Order: sequence, then C-alpha cells, then structure tokens
Amino acid sequence: MSGRRDKGFDPVRRRLLTEGLRSAAGVALVATVLGAWQRQARALPATAIRPPGALDEEAFQGACIRCGLCVRDCPYDTLKLARFGEPVALGTPWFEARKVPCEMCEDIPCVAACPTGALDHSLTDITRARMGVALITDQEACIAFQGLRCEVCFNVCPVRGKAITLELQHNRRSGKHARFIPMVHSSDCTGCGKCEEACILEEAAIKVLPIRLVKGRLGRHYRLGWKEKEKAGGALVTPDVPHQYNLPEGMRYDYEGEGLIREQPADSPFSDTPLDTLNRKGGL
Amino acid sequence: MKAGEMPGLAVRREKGWLVANRWLLARRFTQLAILLLFLPGPWFGWWIVKGNLSSSLTLDVLPLTDPLLLQQVLMSGHLPEAIAAVSAFIVLAFYLLVGGRVYCSWVCPVNMVTDAAEWLRMRLNLKGGASLSRRLRWWMLGLVLLLPAVTGALTWELINPVSMMHRGLIFGMGLAWAVVLGIFLLDLLIVRRAWCGHLCPVGAFYGLLGRWSLLRVSAVNRAACDDCMDCFAVCPEKQVIAPALKGEAKGHGPVIDSGLCTNCGRCIDVCARDVFRFTQRFDNRVRPATAGSTHQSEVSP
Repeated sequence: MSGRRDKGFDPVRRRLLTEGLRSAAGVALVATVLGAWQRQARALPATAIRPPGALDEEAFQGACIRCGLCVRDCPYDTLKLARFGEPVALGTPWFEARKVPCEMCEDIPCVAACPTGALDHSLTDITRARMGVALITDQEACIAFQGLRCEVCFNVCPVRGKAITLELQHNRRSGKHARFIPMVHSSDCTGCGKCEEACILEEAAIKVLPIRLVKGRLGRHYRLGWKEKEKAGGALVTPDVPHQYNLPEGMRYDYEGEGLIREQPADSPFSDTPLDTLNRKGGL
Repeated sequence: MKAGEMPGLAVRREKGWLVANRWLLARRFTQLAILLLFLPGPWFGWWIVKGNLSSSLTLDVLPLTDPLLLQQVLMSGHLPEAIAAVSAFIVLAFYLLVGGRVYCSWVCPVNMVTDAAEWLRMRLNLKGGASLSRRLRWWMLGLVLLLPAVTGALTWELINPVSMMHRGLIFGMGLAWAVVLGIFLLDLLIVRRAWCGHLCPVGAFYGLLGRWSLLRVSAVNRAACDDCMDCFAVCPEKQVIAPALKGEAKGHGPVIDSGLCTNCGRCIDVCARDVFRFTQRFDNRVRPATAGSTHQSEVSP
C-alpha cells in the first residue's frame, strides 16, 4: 500500500474523517428517533388540559421551557409537570379536570409566572381563556336528560348563566313534567373543567375536551336565510310574505305549534272522526 | 500513584483526608445545597427558589434562565418575554465569570451520578469498554439547536437527562430513575465518563461558554510535577491538563485554557506537590522552579 501512502494518504486525516462520519451517523440516528418521538409527543391526550393562555400545542412545545414556575404559582395545585412515562410531553404543565379543575383566578398567576410567554401574557381576563370546551358527552347517562333535576354543572360554572344555560323542554316520557337540559355555549366556555369535576355521575357525562375535537364548522358558502334576512332588513330572494300553506278548505297549519288543525264549521256534515263519516248510513 | 491504588493517596497520607478532598467536599456541598434550595418550597411551603434549573425565581427577586434553553426557544421560532432574556443573561454573565462548566461540576445533579460511576469504576478496577469521541458532544449540541428549527418544539427536552433529573427531584421523578440509572450504567460499564465527558450537549454548551470565562485552574507550580499521574487519573476531561502541565517547551502558559475544564478542582485536591491552584485566565505567572521543587516531605522536620 506504499503507493497509496505516497499519493497523500494521511492517517491522521483518515482517523478524523472516520470519526466525523461515525459521529454524524450516530447523531443522525438520534435525530431521526427524536424527531419521530416529537411528532407523537404533540398528540396531547384529550383529557389533558393545558393551563390558561397556553399557545396552541405546536407552538407551546417550542415556547415552554418546562421550568414549572406556573405550577408553583398555581394556588390550587391544579397544574402539574408531566413526568417521564406520562402521555404528555415531558416536563410540560397540564391538568385533568375531573381531578383538579382550574379555579380561574382573576389575576391568572400561572400566566404571570411564565418567563417565556408559552402562556400568553396578553391574556388578562380569565373569562377569555380557552383551555378547551365542555361537552355533554353522554346524554344517555346525564340525569337531566332523564327528566331528573340536577343542574350541578350549571350551578358550579364560573361563567354562570353564559357558558352553561338550562333549556326547558317538555318531558315526553311522563307527559307532564319539564326537563332542564344543560347546554354549553362555546362562545363563553373557558374549559376550566369545574363542571366535569362536579358532575355527580360516577363517570362524568360532561367533559372538557380540546376545542379542535369538539367544534364543528359550517361550510363557508352556507347562508342562513333568517340571518341574512335580519341583516338585510327583508327577504332577499322571495317577496317577504307569510307562507301560504296549500291546504284543503277548513284546515290550517300552526307552524312550530300544534301542526295541522281542522277548523270545523258548526254546521259541518262531517263528524270529528273520519270513520263516522264513512260508516254512516246511506253514504254521502 | 502505584498500580491498583486510588489517586490522591499520597496527599492523603501527608495532609490528611480533609485536605485531600477539600474541593470535592466543597463541590458536593454546593451541589446538594443548590438542590436543597429548591426543596423546602414543595416540602414545607418555605419558598426560597421556585422552578428548576431550566428557569427559576429566587426569593421572588432573582430570575434565572438556562441560556441554552432560551436559544432553543428562539430556534423554534418563538419570541419569548423580555424576562427570559434578562434572566438568561444573568446566568451567562455568572458562568463567564466563574467558568462555563462550573455548571457541570458544581451545579448539575447528574454529575453526582457520573462521579459515583467513575468512583466505582476505579474501585472495582474496571478497565476498557467501548470508546467514544469527545467531539461527539459538539454534534449533540448542533443536534439540540437544530431540532427546534425543524420540529418547532424543544425536542431535546423530551429526553434531556439533565433537566429530567433535576425536575424529577423537585416535581416528581416518574420513570426518570430509569434514565438516570441508564447513565450510571453507561458510565460504569460501557464508556468511561461517557455522559459528561463525551455526549452531554448541555455540558458542550457550557464548555463553549468556558472558552471565554475568567476563573481558571493553573498548573502554576508545574516545575514541581513528579509525573505521578494522579491528576490525569481523576480529571474528567484529562486532555485539558497536558498543555498546561507539560507544555512549557511549546511555550504554553500554565493556565488551563480549554473551555472543557469543569473547574472541579479535583486536580488541586490530589496533587501532593501543590502544582495546581485556582487563578484567573490572564495570570500566566509560573512559580520559580526553586520554590516549586521543594517537596513537602523534604522540608518537614
């Protein structure tokens, strides 16, 4: 091999090159594994809630330095840092509503404590926090839907009367009672989780979930006629007259009410029940 | 040092155990004290330092942030609050003063683990194992800084054993014990000083900082060296000693100028000839050979 050596074979350079290649290969392997792991780490479990003001998950994991200052300044020990082996990105703050919900402190100490702004300091009004959104996940289990009085979620809601309202409905099972159905309004729900914590069932029927999982969105081309009408101050397509139902004489239709009504004149030859008319003697 | 003997035995015989371990003891005390400052809060509600080594708040006045983490945040494309920059600057200034890798040997909790592995390695006289390049850490540092730019997240923090261990001790370990144990076994059985001396990108970052730091170890009395090799045996970055200790012919000053020196002071501890001492980087004076050559045992009555 003396010929090769003559052509400038330098053992030191060879060693450095080999070593560099080995290092590069090893580090590239580590990078690949870590990169793949990162993608998984971004998938936050649906029950894991970030503190108020948290940037969206992707940006949050670039901004949060895992110092735990938010955890320390949380007066209710709601927040915790993800430990190794837990399904949340290591060292990042999170909470579970069913265990300890966010108490929605007015001064938002967790946000104030964050040194990097992973919890956005522009959040100064806690009712504008959007940690998630509550959802009645199980109407079959929620006792309000069975016609029983509960309303616990409505009563514990810190954005009282706005984030959760009670809708009065007819109880068709008993036929004579009312049902007080809790209804969440995403326009006001902060996702604090007080409702989920307080739900009296063994497994909560109302849960705080990530907004992206819960919220639907109407196609952008949709126009709701009555809203457009309201905006325009009148109907846009057809003359703005009350709808005429093309019904037989003596009938009318009560929209959103009783439905089809037979208006029977006093001197009608017809009975209330059609069978009587058909079965009467002599025919028509 | 004789074969099979623990380094530092000579000085222990002459000056006693305390002197032979003075810097080591100071270091252990500092490491534990810093750790303990974080613990009365979660344990008893007495808040001295909140947070962890990634970012902390001392006595509600002094904010400190790890500059490497801040750099990663910037690389991910997020512009942090001003307080993060200020607190990282305080940390930078501090380590520029006392030596970059003072973080490694005086603060980092993983150091106690890897030092324990090294101690056991010596005790059990474990030789050999695989070899790694000490330059690997620069690749690791590059990886750590590049990953946020690609993934948009602090990806290294998913696995970083340094922050994982410190955070674990304060906020709860989870399975982080397994990682710490892994590092211990790696150092003990596979590669000597593998983590702190070859791989750790956090140490690499502080090593970079250490290139410009003020406080240094100097082989000021290098003329007195009797080649016992004890300092090489205990030094976690033994390649940094030779230029200062043996580089007189090449015109190298006695100050250890490598940023990778951790300022642990172990070489000062184990040297029976008082070759080493702490000084500052511009102090390249050498003690005259006559004074330096006087061996302790020769002058004792």
